[in-house]
Amino acid sequence: MKGGTTRRQFLGQVGFVGAGLQLAPLLSKAAGILPDNEALSPEPITVTMMVNGTQKTLTLDTRVTLLDALREKLMMPGTKKGCDHGQCGACTVLIDGRRINSCLHLAVMCEGSEVTTIEGLAKGEELHPMQAAFLKHDGFQCGYCTPGQICSAVGLVKEGHAKTDAEIKELMSGNICRCGAYQNIVAAIKEVQNA
Amino acid sequence: MEPFRFVKAQDNLTAIHAAGINHAKFIAGGTNILDLMKLNIETPKQVVDINKLSLYKIEELQNGGIRIGALVKNSDLSYHPYIIKSFPVLSEALLSGASPQLRNMATTGGNLMQRTRCPYFYNTDFACNKRVQGSGCAAISGHNRMNAVLGTSEKCIATHPSDMCVAMAALGAIIHVQGPKGLRTIPFADFHLLPGETPHIEHNLKQDELITHVDIPALPFAAKSHYLKVRDRASYEFALTSAAVALDIQNGTIKGARIALGGVGTKPWRSLEAEKALIGAPANAQNYRAAADAAMAGAKPYKDNAFKVELAKRTLVRALTIVGRMS
Repeated sequence: MKGGTTRRQFLGQVGFVGAGLQLAPLLSKAAGILPDNEALSPEPITVTMMVNGTQKTLTLDTRVTLLDALREKLMMPGTKKGCDHGQCGACTVLIDGRRINSCLHLAVMCEGSEVTTIEGLAKGEELHPMQAAFLKHDGFQCGYCTPGQICSAVGLVKEGHAKTDAEIKELMSGNICRCGAYQNIVAAIKEVQNA
Repeated sequence: MEPFRFVKAQDNLTAIHAAGINHAKFIAGGTNILDLMKLNIETPKQVVDINKLSLYKIEELQNGGIRIGALVKNSDLSYHPYIIKSFPVLSEALLSGASPQLRNMATTGGNLMQRTRCPYFYNTDFACNKRVQGSGCAAISGHNRMNAVLGTSEKCIATHPSDMCVAMAALGAIIHVQGPKGLRTIPFADFHLLPGETPHIEHNLKQDELITHVDIPALPFAAKSHYLKVRDRASYEFALTSAAVALDIQNGTIKGARIALGGVGTKPWRSLEAEKALIGAPANAQNYRAAADAAMAGAKPYKDNAFKVELAKRTLVRALTIVGRMS
Protein backbone atom coordinates (compact mmCIF):
# COMPACT_ATOMS: atom_id res chain seq x y z
CA MET A 1 0.00 0.00 0.00
CA LYS A 2 3.06 2.27 -0.24
CA GLY A 3 2.09 5.74 -1.49
CA GLY A 4 -1.39 4.51 -2.47
CA THR A 5 -4.78 4.96 -0.88
CA THR A 6 -6.13 2.03 1.09
CA ARG A 7 -9.71 0.91 0.62
CA ARG A 8 -10.45 2.08 4.16
CA GLN A 9 -8.89 5.52 3.61
CA PHE A 10 -10.86 5.89 0.38
CA LEU A 11 -14.11 4.99 2.14
CA GLY A 12 -13.21 7.45 4.87
CA GLN A 13 -12.83 10.24 2.33
CA VAL A 14 -16.14 9.38 0.70
CA GLY A 15 -17.66 9.51 4.17
CA PHE A 16 -16.21 12.99 4.65
CA VAL A 17 -17.94 14.24 1.50
CA GLY A 18 -21.15 12.61 2.78
CA ALA A 19 -20.79 14.48 6.05
CA GLY A 20 -20.45 17.71 4.07
CA LEU A 21 -23.84 17.08 2.49
CA GLN A 22 -25.32 16.51 5.94
CA LEU A 23 -23.91 19.85 7.05
CA ALA A 24 -25.85 21.68 4.37
CA PRO A 25 -28.94 22.30 6.58
CA LEU A 26 -26.70 23.78 9.28
CA LEU A 27 -25.16 26.15 6.74
CA SER A 28 -28.60 27.19 5.52
CA LYS A 29 -29.52 27.84 9.15
CA ALA A 30 -26.49 30.11 9.47
CA ALA A 31 -27.75 31.98 6.42
CA GLY A 32 -31.05 32.61 8.19
CA ILE A 33 -33.07 29.87 6.47
CA LEU A 34 -34.61 27.49 8.98
CA PRO A 35 -35.53 23.98 7.88
CA ASP A 36 -39.16 23.03 8.57
CA ASN A 37 -38.30 20.36 11.09
CA GLU A 38 -36.04 22.56 13.18
CA ALA A 39 -38.09 21.98 16.33
CA LEU A 40 -37.38 18.26 16.18
CA SER A 41 -33.85 18.36 14.85
CA PRO A 42 -31.73 16.18 17.08
CA GLU A 43 -28.52 17.57 18.46
CA PRO A 44 -25.22 15.70 18.29
CA ILE A 45 -23.97 14.50 21.65
CA THR A 46 -20.43 14.56 22.98
CA VAL A 47 -19.43 11.39 24.78
CA THR A 48 -16.23 10.41 26.55
CA MET A 49 -15.31 6.78 27.06
CA MET A 50 -12.21 4.69 27.67
CA VAL A 51 -11.42 2.48 24.70
CA ASN A 52 -8.71 -0.09 25.33
CA GLY A 53 -7.29 2.06 28.11
CA THR A 54 -7.24 5.32 26.16
CA GLN A 55 -9.72 8.12 26.77
CA LYS A 56 -11.70 8.99 23.65
CA THR A 57 -14.05 11.94 23.22
CA LEU A 58 -16.42 11.92 20.27
CA THR A 59 -19.22 14.17 19.13
CA LEU A 60 -21.75 11.95 17.45
CA ASP A 61 -25.10 11.78 15.75
CA THR A 62 -27.33 10.15 18.37
CA ARG A 63 -28.01 7.22 16.02
CA VAL A 64 -24.42 5.98 15.89
CA THR A 65 -24.00 2.58 17.53
CA LEU A 66 -20.92 1.72 19.55
CA LEU A 67 -20.00 -0.66 16.73
CA ASP A 68 -20.07 2.09 14.10
CA ALA A 69 -18.27 4.53 16.39
CA LEU A 70 -15.45 2.02 16.85
CA ARG A 71 -15.17 1.16 13.17
CA GLU A 72 -15.94 4.44 11.45
CA LYS A 73 -14.99 7.15 13.95
CA LEU A 74 -12.15 5.61 15.94
CA MET A 75 -10.87 3.67 12.90
CA MET A 76 -10.72 0.44 14.88
CA PRO A 77 -12.12 -2.08 12.42
CA GLY A 78 -11.23 -5.17 14.47
CA THR A 79 -14.79 -5.36 15.79
CA LYS A 80 -16.88 -6.77 12.96
CA LYS A 81 -20.33 -5.98 11.67
CA GLY A 82 -22.26 -9.12 10.81
CA CYS A 83 -26.04 -8.94 11.12
CA ASP A 84 -26.19 -5.54 12.88
CA HIS A 85 -29.21 -6.87 14.84
CA GLY A 86 -27.75 -8.75 17.79
CA GLN A 87 -28.11 -12.16 16.21
CA CYS A 88 -24.59 -13.16 15.17
CA GLY A 89 -22.19 -11.92 17.86
CA ALA A 90 -19.49 -10.68 15.43
CA CYS A 91 -19.64 -7.25 17.09
CA THR A 92 -19.05 -8.55 20.63
CA VAL A 93 -16.94 -6.25 22.82
CA LEU A 94 -16.52 -5.94 26.57
CA ILE A 95 -18.04 -2.98 28.39
CA ASP A 96 -16.79 -2.68 31.98
CA GLY A 97 -15.61 -6.26 31.62
CA ARG A 98 -18.91 -7.71 30.40
CA ARG A 99 -19.51 -8.98 26.88
CA ILE A 100 -22.22 -7.21 24.91
CA ASN A 101 -23.34 -6.76 21.29
CA SER A 102 -21.92 -3.38 20.25
CA CYS A 103 -24.41 -3.16 17.35
CA LEU A 104 -27.31 -2.82 19.81
CA HIS A 105 -25.69 -0.21 22.02
CA LEU A 106 -25.78 3.49 21.21
CA ALA A 107 -22.37 5.13 21.42
CA VAL A 108 -23.93 8.07 23.27
CA MET A 109 -24.88 5.64 26.05
CA CYS A 110 -21.18 4.89 26.67
CA GLU A 111 -20.36 7.99 28.73
CA GLY A 112 -17.81 6.89 31.32
CA SER A 113 -17.73 3.29 30.08
CA GLU A 114 -14.61 1.19 29.69
CA VAL A 115 -14.76 -0.50 26.31
CA THR A 116 -12.40 -3.34 25.42
CA THR A 117 -12.22 -4.53 21.83
CA ILE A 118 -10.14 -7.20 20.14
CA GLU A 119 -7.47 -4.51 19.58
CA GLY A 120 -7.14 -4.06 23.33
CA LEU A 121 -6.57 -7.65 24.43
CA ALA A 122 -2.89 -8.14 23.56
CA LYS A 123 -0.15 -6.50 25.63
CA GLY A 124 2.10 -5.11 22.94
CA GLU A 125 3.41 -8.09 20.99
CA GLU A 126 2.21 -10.55 23.63
CA LEU A 127 -1.11 -12.08 22.67
CA HIS A 128 -3.90 -12.43 25.18
CA PRO A 129 -4.08 -16.10 26.28
CA MET A 130 -7.41 -16.47 24.47
CA GLN A 131 -5.93 -15.16 21.21
CA ALA A 132 -2.99 -17.57 21.57
CA ALA A 133 -5.36 -20.47 22.30
CA PHE A 134 -7.50 -19.71 19.24
CA LEU A 135 -4.32 -19.80 17.11
CA LYS A 136 -3.07 -22.99 18.72
CA HIS A 137 -6.39 -24.84 18.34
CA ASP A 138 -7.26 -23.41 14.93
CA GLY A 139 -10.44 -21.86 16.33
CA PHE A 140 -11.38 -20.16 13.07
CA GLN A 141 -11.33 -20.51 9.33
CA CYS A 142 -12.26 -17.31 7.49
CA GLY A 143 -11.74 -15.27 10.66
CA TYR A 144 -14.63 -12.85 10.31
CA CYS A 145 -16.42 -13.94 13.50
CA THR A 146 -13.15 -14.40 15.41
CA PRO A 147 -12.80 -10.99 17.13
CA GLY A 148 -16.33 -11.41 18.47
CA GLN A 149 -15.70 -15.05 19.42
CA ILE A 150 -12.53 -14.13 21.32
CA CYS A 151 -14.10 -11.18 23.17
CA SER A 152 -17.10 -13.37 23.99
CA ALA A 153 -14.82 -16.17 25.21
CA VAL A 154 -12.91 -13.74 27.44
CA GLY A 155 -16.25 -12.65 28.92
CA LEU A 156 -17.35 -16.26 29.37
CA VAL A 157 -14.22 -17.22 31.32
CA LYS A 158 -14.60 -14.18 33.56
CA GLU A 159 -18.29 -14.95 34.22
CA GLY A 160 -17.26 -18.40 35.45
CA HIS A 161 -20.52 -20.27 34.75
CA ALA A 162 -19.30 -22.71 32.07
CA LYS A 163 -17.87 -25.89 33.59
CA THR A 164 -18.50 -28.52 30.91
CA ASP A 165 -18.20 -28.65 27.11
CA ALA A 166 -21.98 -28.47 26.89
CA GLU A 167 -22.04 -25.36 29.07
CA ILE A 168 -19.30 -23.71 27.01
CA LYS A 169 -21.31 -24.39 23.86
CA GLU A 170 -24.50 -23.06 25.42
CA LEU A 171 -22.79 -19.93 26.73
CA MET A 172 -21.04 -19.29 23.40
CA SER A 173 -24.30 -19.68 21.46
CA GLY A 174 -24.49 -15.93 20.89
CA ASN A 175 -21.54 -16.18 18.49
CA ILE A 176 -22.24 -17.76 15.13
CA CYS A 177 -19.38 -19.22 13.07
CA ARG A 178 -20.52 -20.08 9.59
CA CYS A 179 -17.24 -21.89 8.88
CA GLY A 180 -18.16 -24.23 11.72
CA ALA A 181 -15.01 -23.97 13.86
CA TYR A 182 -17.04 -24.63 17.00
CA GLN A 183 -15.18 -27.72 18.23
CA ASN A 184 -11.85 -25.93 18.09
CA ILE A 185 -13.30 -22.83 19.74
CA VAL A 186 -14.46 -25.00 22.64
CA ALA A 187 -10.97 -26.54 22.86
CA ALA A 188 -9.36 -23.08 22.94
CA ILE A 189 -11.68 -21.87 25.68
CA LYS A 190 -11.07 -25.00 27.77
CA GLU A 191 -7.33 -24.49 27.53
CA VAL A 192 -7.62 -20.94 28.86
CA GLN A 193 -10.01 -22.05 31.61
CA ASN A 194 -7.58 -24.76 32.73
CA ALA A 195 -4.46 -22.61 32.50
CA MET B 1 -32.93 4.82 11.62
CA GLU B 2 -34.89 8.06 12.01
CA PRO B 3 -33.14 10.94 13.79
CA PHE B 4 -33.97 11.38 17.45
CA ARG B 5 -33.06 13.60 20.35
CA PHE B 6 -31.15 11.82 23.13
CA VAL B 7 -31.77 12.66 26.77
CA LYS B 8 -29.87 11.12 29.66
CA ALA B 9 -32.10 11.10 32.73
CA GLN B 10 -30.46 11.43 36.15
CA ASP B 11 -33.52 10.58 38.25
CA ASN B 12 -36.96 9.01 37.91
CA LEU B 13 -38.91 12.26 37.70
CA THR B 14 -36.68 13.73 34.99
CA ALA B 15 -37.05 10.51 33.02
CA ILE B 16 -40.82 10.53 33.38
CA HIS B 17 -41.01 14.17 32.35
CA ALA B 18 -38.78 13.60 29.30
CA ALA B 19 -40.90 10.62 28.26
CA GLY B 20 -44.02 12.77 28.31
CA ILE B 21 -43.44 14.46 24.95
CA ASN B 22 -44.96 12.93 21.85
CA HIS B 23 -43.07 10.02 20.33
CA ALA B 24 -40.67 9.64 23.25
CA LYS B 25 -39.37 6.24 24.37
CA PHE B 26 -37.26 5.00 27.23
CA ILE B 27 -34.08 3.11 26.45
CA ALA B 28 -32.35 0.78 28.92
CA GLY B 29 -30.57 -2.26 27.49
CA GLY B 30 -31.62 -1.27 23.98
CA THR B 31 -31.60 -4.86 22.68
CA ASN B 32 -35.16 -4.70 21.38
CA ILE B 33 -35.85 -1.03 20.73
CA LEU B 34 -32.63 -0.37 18.79
CA ASP B 35 -33.26 -3.45 16.67
CA LEU B 36 -36.73 -2.08 15.88
CA MET B 37 -35.44 1.46 15.31
CA LYS B 38 -32.95 0.19 12.73
CA LEU B 39 -35.87 -1.33 10.84
CA ASN B 40 -37.99 1.83 11.19
CA ILE B 41 -40.58 -0.14 13.14
CA GLU B 42 -39.99 2.10 16.14
CA THR B 43 -39.40 5.76 15.22
CA PRO B 44 -39.14 7.72 18.47
CA LYS B 45 -38.38 11.44 18.24
CA GLN B 46 -36.89 11.50 21.72
CA VAL B 47 -35.01 8.63 23.37
CA VAL B 48 -34.69 8.83 27.15
CA ASP B 49 -31.72 6.91 28.53
CA ILE B 50 -32.65 5.60 31.99
CA ASN B 51 -29.46 3.69 32.72
CA LYS B 52 -28.34 6.22 35.36
CA LEU B 53 -31.43 5.65 37.51
CA SER B 54 -30.99 3.74 40.77
CA LEU B 55 -33.04 0.70 39.79
CA TYR B 56 -30.37 -2.00 39.94
CA LYS B 57 -31.09 -3.68 43.28
CA ILE B 58 -32.30 -7.21 43.93
CA GLU B 59 -33.74 -7.24 47.46
CA GLU B 60 -35.05 -10.19 49.43
CA LEU B 61 -38.33 -9.17 51.05
CA GLN B 62 -39.00 -10.08 54.68
CA ASN B 63 -41.80 -12.49 53.86
CA GLY B 64 -39.68 -14.51 51.42
CA GLY B 65 -40.55 -12.67 48.24
CA ILE B 66 -38.07 -10.72 46.17
CA ARG B 67 -37.96 -7.21 44.71
CA ILE B 68 -36.20 -6.83 41.37
CA GLY B 69 -35.13 -3.38 40.13
CA ALA B 70 -36.27 -2.58 36.59
CA LEU B 71 -32.67 -2.12 35.40
CA VAL B 72 -31.37 -5.43 36.79
CA LYS B 73 -29.75 -7.23 33.88
CA ASN B 74 -31.24 -10.55 32.81
CA SER B 75 -27.85 -12.20 33.45
CA ASP B 76 -27.59 -10.84 37.02
CA LEU B 77 -31.13 -11.94 37.80
CA SER B 78 -30.67 -15.41 36.34
CA TYR B 79 -27.56 -16.10 38.43
CA HIS B 80 -28.78 -14.52 41.66
CA PRO B 81 -28.41 -17.17 44.41
CA TYR B 82 -31.79 -16.47 45.99
CA ILE B 83 -33.57 -16.70 42.62
CA ILE B 84 -31.82 -20.00 41.87
CA LYS B 85 -32.81 -21.38 45.28
CA SER B 86 -36.33 -20.03 45.71
CA PHE B 87 -37.58 -19.38 42.16
CA PRO B 88 -35.55 -21.67 39.88
CA VAL B 89 -38.24 -21.41 37.20
CA LEU B 90 -37.35 -17.73 36.77
CA SER B 91 -33.61 -18.35 36.55
CA GLU B 92 -34.13 -21.16 34.02
CA ALA B 93 -36.52 -19.08 31.92
CA LEU B 94 -34.04 -16.21 31.74
CA LEU B 95 -31.15 -18.50 30.84
CA SER B 96 -33.19 -20.13 28.08
CA GLY B 97 -33.66 -16.77 26.36
CA ALA B 98 -31.39 -14.84 23.98
CA SER B 99 -27.59 -15.09 24.29
CA PRO B 100 -25.14 -14.26 27.10
CA GLN B 101 -24.30 -10.94 25.42
CA LEU B 102 -27.95 -9.95 25.12
CA ARG B 103 -28.66 -11.07 28.69
CA ASN B 104 -25.79 -8.84 29.85
CA MET B 105 -27.62 -5.90 28.22
CA ALA B 106 -31.32 -6.67 28.53
CA THR B 107 -33.11 -5.49 31.67
CA THR B 108 -36.04 -6.74 33.72
CA GLY B 109 -38.22 -3.79 32.72
CA GLY B 110 -37.18 -4.02 29.08
CA ASN B 111 -37.96 -7.72 28.96
CA LEU B 112 -41.50 -6.93 30.15
CA MET B 113 -41.80 -4.46 27.26
CA GLN B 114 -40.36 -6.80 24.63
CA ARG B 115 -42.32 -6.80 21.37
CA THR B 116 -43.33 -9.75 19.24
CA ARG B 117 -40.98 -11.47 16.79
CA CYS B 118 -43.80 -12.22 14.35
CA PRO B 119 -42.05 -12.00 10.95
CA TYR B 120 -44.87 -9.92 9.52
CA PHE B 121 -44.44 -7.40 12.33
CA TYR B 122 -40.73 -7.22 11.51
CA ASN B 123 -41.09 -6.93 7.74
CA THR B 124 -42.48 -3.49 6.88
CA ASP B 125 -43.52 -4.68 3.40
CA PHE B 126 -46.38 -6.64 4.95
CA ALA B 127 -49.61 -5.67 6.63
CA CYS B 128 -49.51 -5.77 10.42
CA ASN B 129 -52.16 -4.34 12.72
CA LYS B 130 -49.64 -4.15 15.54
CA ARG B 131 -47.19 -2.07 13.52
CA VAL B 132 -49.68 0.01 11.49
CA GLN B 133 -53.10 0.19 13.06
CA GLY B 134 -55.81 -1.04 10.69
CA SER B 135 -53.43 -2.29 7.99
CA GLY B 136 -54.48 -5.93 8.36
CA CYS B 137 -52.75 -9.13 9.48
CA ALA B 138 -50.56 -10.90 6.94
CA ALA B 139 -49.82 -13.71 9.40
CA ILE B 140 -53.36 -15.10 9.53
CA SER B 141 -53.20 -16.16 5.88
CA GLY B 142 -49.40 -16.33 5.67
CA HIS B 143 -46.70 -18.59 7.07
CA ASN B 144 -47.89 -18.82 10.65
CA ARG B 145 -45.98 -21.81 12.01
CA MET B 146 -44.46 -19.69 14.81
CA ASN B 147 -47.67 -17.84 15.67
CA ALA B 148 -50.05 -18.11 18.59
CA VAL B 149 -52.96 -20.49 19.18
CA LEU B 150 -54.25 -18.94 22.43
CA GLY B 151 -55.62 -15.42 22.90
CA THR B 152 -55.64 -14.59 19.21
CA SER B 153 -58.12 -12.36 17.41
CA GLU B 154 -59.02 -11.74 13.79
CA LYS B 155 -56.67 -8.78 13.95
CA CYS B 156 -53.54 -10.44 15.34
CA ILE B 157 -52.03 -13.87 16.05
CA ALA B 158 -48.54 -12.77 17.14
CA THR B 159 -46.93 -14.64 20.02
CA HIS B 160 -45.43 -12.91 23.00
CA PRO B 161 -41.70 -13.69 22.76
CA SER B 162 -40.46 -13.48 26.36
CA ASP B 163 -39.38 -16.46 28.47
CA MET B 164 -38.89 -14.38 31.62
CA CYS B 165 -42.49 -13.20 31.43
CA VAL B 166 -43.82 -16.78 31.32
CA ALA B 167 -42.08 -17.54 34.62
CA MET B 168 -43.27 -14.24 36.11
CA ALA B 169 -46.84 -14.99 35.00
CA ALA B 170 -46.68 -18.32 36.84
CA LEU B 171 -45.21 -16.66 39.92
CA GLY B 172 -47.86 -13.92 39.98
CA ALA B 173 -45.38 -11.04 39.85
CA ILE B 174 -46.47 -7.50 40.64
CA ILE B 175 -45.17 -4.65 38.50
CA HIS B 176 -44.47 -1.31 40.18
CA VAL B 177 -44.61 1.80 38.02
CA GLN B 178 -44.10 5.50 38.56
CA GLY B 179 -45.79 8.21 36.51
CA PRO B 180 -46.38 11.95 36.71
CA LYS B 181 -49.26 11.31 39.12
CA GLY B 182 -47.32 9.00 41.41
CA LEU B 183 -46.91 5.30 41.97
CA ARG B 184 -49.14 2.37 41.14
CA THR B 185 -48.89 -1.42 40.92
CA ILE B 186 -50.10 -3.67 38.13
CA PRO B 187 -50.71 -7.39 38.71
CA PHE B 188 -48.78 -9.40 36.11
CA ALA B 189 -51.93 -10.84 34.55
CA ASP B 190 -53.18 -7.30 33.81
CA PHE B 191 -49.93 -5.90 32.42
CA HIS B 192 -49.95 -7.42 28.92
CA LEU B 193 -53.12 -7.07 26.87
CA LEU B 194 -54.81 -9.47 24.46
CA PRO B 195 -54.80 -8.15 20.89
CA GLY B 196 -58.59 -8.08 20.45
CA GLU B 197 -59.51 -5.18 18.16
CA THR B 198 -56.43 -3.15 19.17
CA PRO B 199 -53.27 -5.25 18.72
CA HIS B 200 -51.12 -2.09 18.64
CA ILE B 201 -51.91 -1.57 22.34
CA GLU B 202 -49.79 -4.24 23.98
CA HIS B 203 -49.62 -3.35 27.65
CA ASN B 204 -51.27 -1.45 30.42
CA LEU B 205 -48.59 1.23 30.75
CA LYS B 206 -48.79 4.88 29.76
CA GLN B 207 -46.04 6.43 27.66
CA ASP B 208 -44.67 8.43 30.59
CA GLU B 209 -44.94 5.66 33.17
CA LEU B 210 -41.66 4.13 34.23
CA ILE B 211 -41.37 0.56 35.49
CA THR B 212 -39.37 0.87 38.72
CA HIS B 213 -39.35 -2.70 40.00
CA VAL B 214 -41.04 -6.07 39.94
CA ASP B 215 -42.02 -7.95 43.09
CA ILE B 216 -42.19 -11.71 43.16
CA PRO B 217 -44.42 -12.57 46.12
CA ALA B 218 -43.34 -15.35 48.46
CA LEU B 219 -44.29 -18.79 47.15
CA PRO B 220 -42.47 -21.44 49.19
CA PHE B 221 -43.36 -24.30 46.85
CA ALA B 222 -41.75 -22.44 43.92
CA ALA B 223 -38.45 -23.81 45.21
CA LYS B 224 -39.62 -26.86 43.26
CA SER B 225 -40.26 -25.35 39.89
CA HIS B 226 -39.01 -25.68 36.33
CA TYR B 227 -39.03 -23.95 32.95
CA LEU B 228 -39.06 -26.21 29.91
CA LYS B 229 -38.58 -24.67 26.47
CA VAL B 230 -39.01 -26.46 23.14
CA ARG B 231 -37.53 -24.81 20.06
CA ASP B 232 -36.20 -25.44 16.57
CA ARG B 233 -32.56 -25.41 17.69
CA ALA B 234 -30.96 -26.21 21.03
CA SER B 235 -30.01 -22.67 21.99
CA TYR B 236 -30.51 -18.99 21.14
CA GLU B 237 -33.97 -19.37 19.64
CA PHE B 238 -37.49 -18.32 20.53
CA ALA B 239 -39.87 -20.93 21.88
CA LEU B 240 -42.18 -23.05 19.81
CA THR B 241 -43.72 -23.98 23.14
CA SER B 242 -42.64 -23.60 26.73
CA ALA B 243 -44.01 -24.27 30.21
CA ALA B 244 -43.29 -22.71 33.59
CA VAL B 245 -44.40 -25.02 36.38
CA ALA B 246 -44.34 -24.99 40.19
CA LEU B 247 -46.03 -27.71 42.23
CA ASP B 248 -46.78 -28.20 45.92
CA ILE B 249 -47.17 -31.96 46.38
CA GLN B 250 -47.91 -33.38 49.82
CA ASN B 251 -48.30 -37.15 50.32
CA GLY B 252 -48.80 -37.59 46.61
CA THR B 253 -51.59 -35.00 46.36
CA ILE B 254 -51.19 -31.67 44.58
CA LYS B 255 -51.97 -28.89 47.07
CA GLY B 256 -50.81 -25.97 44.95
CA ALA B 257 -49.92 -25.44 41.30
CA ARG B 258 -48.68 -22.57 39.19
CA ILE B 259 -48.66 -23.02 35.43
CA ALA B 260 -47.90 -20.67 32.55
CA LEU B 261 -47.19 -21.35 28.89
CA GLY B 262 -44.96 -19.59 26.38
CA GLY B 263 -44.73 -19.65 22.59
CA VAL B 264 -48.45 -20.34 22.22
CA GLY B 265 -50.15 -17.22 23.52
CA THR B 266 -50.51 -13.63 22.40
CA LYS B 267 -49.41 -12.77 25.95
CA PRO B 268 -47.54 -14.71 28.65
CA TRP B 269 -50.17 -17.38 29.28
CA ARG B 270 -51.03 -18.28 32.86
CA SER B 271 -53.37 -21.26 32.80
CA LEU B 272 -55.71 -21.12 35.77
CA GLU B 273 -57.65 -23.95 34.07
CA ALA B 274 -54.65 -26.28 34.28
CA GLU B 275 -53.96 -25.23 37.88
CA LYS B 276 -57.58 -25.91 38.83
CA ALA B 277 -57.44 -29.32 37.18
CA LEU B 278 -54.44 -30.27 39.31
CA ILE B 279 -55.22 -28.85 42.74
CA GLY B 280 -56.54 -31.61 45.00
CA ALA B 281 -55.68 -34.33 42.50
CA PRO B 282 -53.06 -37.08 42.89
CA ALA B 283 -49.77 -36.21 41.18
CA ASN B 284 -49.74 -38.69 38.31
CA ALA B 285 -49.39 -38.85 34.55
CA GLN B 286 -53.12 -39.07 33.93
CA ASN B 287 -53.81 -35.88 35.84
CA TYR B 288 -50.88 -34.09 34.22
CA ARG B 289 -52.38 -34.89 30.84
CA ALA B 290 -55.82 -33.74 31.99
CA ALA B 291 -54.27 -30.44 33.08
CA ALA B 292 -52.57 -30.07 29.70
CA ASP B 293 -55.87 -30.74 27.93
CA ALA B 294 -57.52 -28.08 30.11
CA ALA B 295 -54.72 -25.60 29.36
CA MET B 296 -55.14 -25.98 25.62
CA ALA B 297 -58.94 -26.44 25.48
CA GLY B 298 -59.40 -22.96 24.03
CA ALA B 299 -56.64 -23.28 21.44
CA LYS B 300 -57.39 -22.11 17.92
CA PRO B 301 -54.84 -23.43 15.44
CA TYR B 302 -54.08 -21.77 12.11
CA LYS B 303 -52.80 -23.18 8.81
CA ASP B 304 -49.23 -24.04 9.88
CA ASN B 305 -49.28 -24.13 13.68
CA ALA B 306 -51.76 -26.85 14.64
CA PHE B 307 -48.78 -28.90 15.83
CA LYS B 308 -48.33 -26.43 18.68
CA VAL B 309 -51.52 -27.60 20.40
CA GLU B 310 -50.22 -31.14 20.99
CA LEU B 311 -46.62 -29.97 21.44
CA ALA B 312 -47.68 -27.51 24.16
CA LYS B 313 -49.58 -30.28 25.96
CA ARG B 314 -46.59 -32.60 25.85
CA THR B 315 -44.30 -29.76 26.97
CA LEU B 316 -46.52 -29.12 29.96
CA VAL B 317 -46.83 -32.84 30.83
CA ARG B 318 -43.04 -33.18 30.68
CA ALA B 319 -42.52 -30.10 32.87
CA LEU B 320 -45.09 -31.35 35.40
CA THR B 321 -43.42 -34.76 35.43
CA ILE B 322 -40.02 -33.21 36.11
CA VAL B 323 -41.32 -31.03 38.94
CA GLY B 324 -43.41 -33.92 40.30
CA ARG B 325 -40.26 -36.00 40.69
CA MET B 326 -38.58 -33.25 42.74
CA SER B 327 -40.97 -33.88 45.64
